[in-house]
This record gives sequence, structure tokens and C-alpha cells, in this order.
Amino acid sequence: MATTTGRRTGAWTPWLYLAPALLLLGGLLVYPVYQLGLISFLEYTQAQVSGGEPTTFQGLGNYATLFADEQFRQVLLATVLFAAACVVSTLAVGCALAVLLTRVRALPRLALMLAALGAWATPAVTGSTVWMFLFDPDFGPVNRVFGLGDFSWTYGRYSAFALVLLEVVWCSFPFVMVTVYAGIRAVPPEVVEAAALDGASQWRIWRSVLAPMLRPILLVVTVQSVIWDFKVFTQIYVMTNGGGIAGQNLVLNVYAYQKAFASSQYSLGSAIGVVMLLILLAVTLGYLRILRRRGEEL
Amino acid sequence: MNPVRVRVRRPWRLAAEASALLIALVVAFPLYWMVLGAFKPAGEIESTEPRPWTLAPSLDSFRRVFQQEEFGRYFVNSLIVAGTVVVISALVAFLAATAVTRFRFRFRTTLLIMFLVAQMVPVEALTIPLFFLMRDFGQLNTLGSLILPHLAFSLPFAVWILRGFVKAVPEALEEAAYIDGASRTRFLWQILFPLVFPGLVATSVFSFISTWNDFLFAKSFIISDTSQSTLPMALLVFFKPDENDWGGIMAASTVMTIPVLVFFVLVQRRLVSGLGGAVKD
Repeated sequence: MATTTGRRTGAWTPWLYLAPALLLLGGLLVYPVYQLGLISFLEYTQAQVSGGEPTTFQGLGNYATLFADEQFRQVLLATVLFAAACVVSTLAVGCALAVLLTRVRALPRLALMLAALGAWATPAVTGSTVWMFLFDPDFGPVNRVFGLGDFSWTYGRYSAFALVLLEVVWCSFPFVMVTVYAGIRAVPPEVVEAAALDGASQWRIWRSVLAPMLRPILLVVTVQSVIWDFKVFTQIYVMTNGGGIAGQNLVLNVYAYQKAFASSQYSLGSAIGVVMLLILLAVTLGYLRILRRRGEEL
Repeated sequence: MNPVRVRVRRPWRLAAEASALLIALVVAFPLYWMVLGAFKPAGEIESTEPRPWTLAPSLDSFRRVFQQEEFGRYFVNSLIVAGTVVVISALVAFLAATAVTRFRFRFRTTLLIMFLVAQMVPVEALTIPLFFLMRDFGQLNTLGSLILPHLAFSLPFAVWILRGFVKAVPEALEEAAYIDGASRTRFLWQILFPLVFPGLVATSVFSFISTWNDFLFAKSFIISDTSQSTLPMALLVFFKPDENDWGGIMAASTVMTIPVLVFFVLVQRRLVSGLGGAVKD
């Protein structure tokens, strides 16, 4: 886009506008990321924090410790699988309901929209407490309705993950639904009607007409969901009380927090943070590649 | 319209509407249960036969919440933190978004990619270095230690979304303003800013929620001075091993959720159009 206004003011105007943002990001994002990397190469525990012992350079020692740790590998695997399950369920529910919204009249649409906005607006902490209460073995309505007796959802590893997954999907499908719905509305109605007249089924219309046209939007919500679900912290922390019985429900984020702040192994916690950072960086770079291949201008 | 088509489609539409209403009920149910739980008297909430209504609503749980641990103070703290972050990040992001869409300069694309990459940084992983940073600047146990990081973390997403809105304002408008003798500053604040406002609303929803929700920073940075604590911390007071005070938890959850709900209802229309605008660009 050609800019019109290079005349009087010099080339520094954009930098002037950017200065506050860059200052904040530099000090509170870039510098901490650098520090995170640095700490992950050091020996940094309570002794070093209080100045009792000098910090020593460990090289990749912390990473070697991590990858030799059976629990870390398990947590890594659990995080990837859990995030994948969350992303797939969120996208499926969000897209299905977005299509449903286009098929109904104003009143049911408003009802569903409002309910979804309510779920979206609910803070992660309160969402977690409410879902725990719903599934409480003694006083919760869910076990009564489904006749599960005093089955404890947080006791078993998979049922605890399932409970957290339900809450995560509940509070994150609205973003997908609203965004995809806005996208569908932007598709010319004649296109969909033509497909319907040709006898295409709902599923067929979605797969062959809407999904290809909505690809840019679907890409955005997928990447955004991957980023969010990979970083789930509050739900796991609150619902499984800090990572479940014997750490069975730990995900990377909670694991890093526990290592750093519960057992003062700041360098190991930082190394876990770096691993997360690298995984998410790979996702983002993949996204950028797709954007570039489609020749989109940033 | 073709009558055959109408006859085929009608039952389908009714089925779709029925399921939409049903799903709306299911989605809204946890919120209903939360508010209901907050108003139920103690005997009903700790009942193994939970009923989806109450005939004797009581304010006992709310009373317990507000008597405990300066809950009102935490509420105000949360409001201060979220309010400051929303206002400042909106202004800063607006300026930055204008810079990257209205100007051509070296490193522009690099900066944009940086804003995108910055979004995926796991904020939680930075708790460790931020903790030491706040300690070195004497910010631990202050609201500043919550405001500053959230400002930084809400910026990249806000810039990314606002970009589409600034782009959508025609260049011709800018030229016309200059021809009419408006200064750059005047154009920025009196013409561009109001036009981009719907986008600012959409982004402020995100920064408000992420800040209001914040649990980890409050837990890590507010370590000894509880008068500086925020709502999520107050909520956890009601969790006790094997004896959760569910009435208190639900009442505190309700108090914490309502401001966000109000905020959402207020900006609901702009939010939907805002996201539409952001994804269409």
C-alpha cells in the first residue's frame, strides 16, 4: 500500500508511533525470553537466588536432565495429545454450530449466540470451579442425572483429562463459532443456494463449498486454538489441584511452574519453558509459510 | 419459491432450531448452575439430591464471601488492573497498528512477523524471568507487577487485529484531511481513532478477559502483601481439602463473572463485527 504522507515529517514518524509498543514488548517480553533462555543454561536454584552460591554455567546440562527424566517425557506426550484433542473438539463443535447458526431464524440464533458469549466471557478460574461443582461426586448434578453414583472424575487420569477437556471446549468453542459464522455470512448466499439446488447435502456443502472458501479463517482459528490449548494452565491447575494425583494430569505449563516455584528448580522450569517456546515457534513458522505460499501480503 | 423445496426444508429447519435451542440451554447451564448455587441455602447445596431450582434463595453465601479476606478490596484491585491494561494497551496498540499499516519503512514486515510470533510466547513460561525482573525493580507485591506484563502480552494480538481496521479506512480520507489542512496528529486522533473504535472494542475484550482472568501472575508476584491480591486468589480461599465451601465458591465465582458478562453484553455487537472485520482483511 503506497503511503501518501512522506512529505513534511521524516521517516521517523512510524517509529515514533511504534515506540511505546516496542518499549513495552522489549522490556517485558523480549528481555524475559532472553532471560528465560539464559537461566535454562545455568544452575539456578534457591541457593543462587538468595546469593548463597555462585551461578554456574551448565551448557545443555539442564536439557539433558529433562530428557532423561521419564516424567518429563510423559508430560510432553500428554500435553501434545491433550492439546490436539482440545483443538479438534473445539474446531468440530465451533464449526458445526456456526453452520447451524446460518440455518435457523433470529430467535434461536440469538439464544445460542448469547449462551456462547456467556461461556466465552466466563473467566477460566470460575469456569473451572463451576465445572468441578457440576461433576462433583457428592453434590454435582451430572453424576445424579447419568446415574454414576459417587464416581470421582478427578481420581482417574483419563476421566480428569476428559473433564478438563470439556471445560476447555466449553469456553473456547465460542471464539471459533463466532469467527466462522462471521466468515460464512461473508460468503455470497447464491453460491450455497446453487449447491443446495444441485442436491448437495449439508456435509457436502460444508466440505466442498464453505470450507475451501473459509480456509483463511479456519487457518486463523486453528492456529489460535493450537496456541491457546497448548498453553492451558488455569484449568489444569484448579480442576486437578495442581496437576492431579501424583502429577498424572500435568501438562508442560503446570509442570514448569511446579518445578520452578514449588521445588525452586528455576533452571529446569526455564528449560521446560524453552521447549514449549520452540514447539509453538514451529507452529507459528508453519503458519507463516502457508501464508507466504498463498502469496498474502502482511 | 418452489413449493416442493419449502416442504422438504421446513421440518429440517424446525429440527435445526430445536437443536439450537437445546444446545443453547446446555451451554448456558453451567452459568445457571453457578448463579443458582450462589443463592441456594447451605442445606440445599450440600445435598446429594441436587435440584435445578431453589424455593428459599438466600444471600448467606454472598455475605460469607464479602466478609472474608477483604473480598471487596480484591475486586477493586482486579478492576484497577484490568481497567488500566485495557485503556493503555488500546492506545498503544492503536498507534502501533497505524504505524505498520499507514507507513512503509524498513523492517515493517519483520515487525509484523514479530508481533505474530510474540502472540505464541507462552506467557506462563515467562513467569520465572518476570519474577526476577519484578523483584529487581521492587515491583513484587504491587499492582504494577500485574499491570505491566499484561500490557505487554495483550499488545501483539491487539495490533494484529487492529491492523485490519486501520487498513479499512480509505487512504483518500487521509489525503482529504491533509488537503483541508489537518495536521497528522489531528487526523490520527479526530478522524482515524473514532473510525477504528469498533476494532478497539474487540481487542479490549481480549485484553480485559486475559487480565481479569489472570491467576498465575497474581499467585506468583503477590506473595506476601495480600492487600494487593486480585479476585482469582480470593476464590481459592474457599477451597479446602475435602471440605470445599461450594456455596462460597459459587457466590465468589458469580461476583467475578458478572463484570465480564456485563462488559460482553455491552460490546457484543461490535465484537462480532470486529472479529468479522479482522478475519476478512
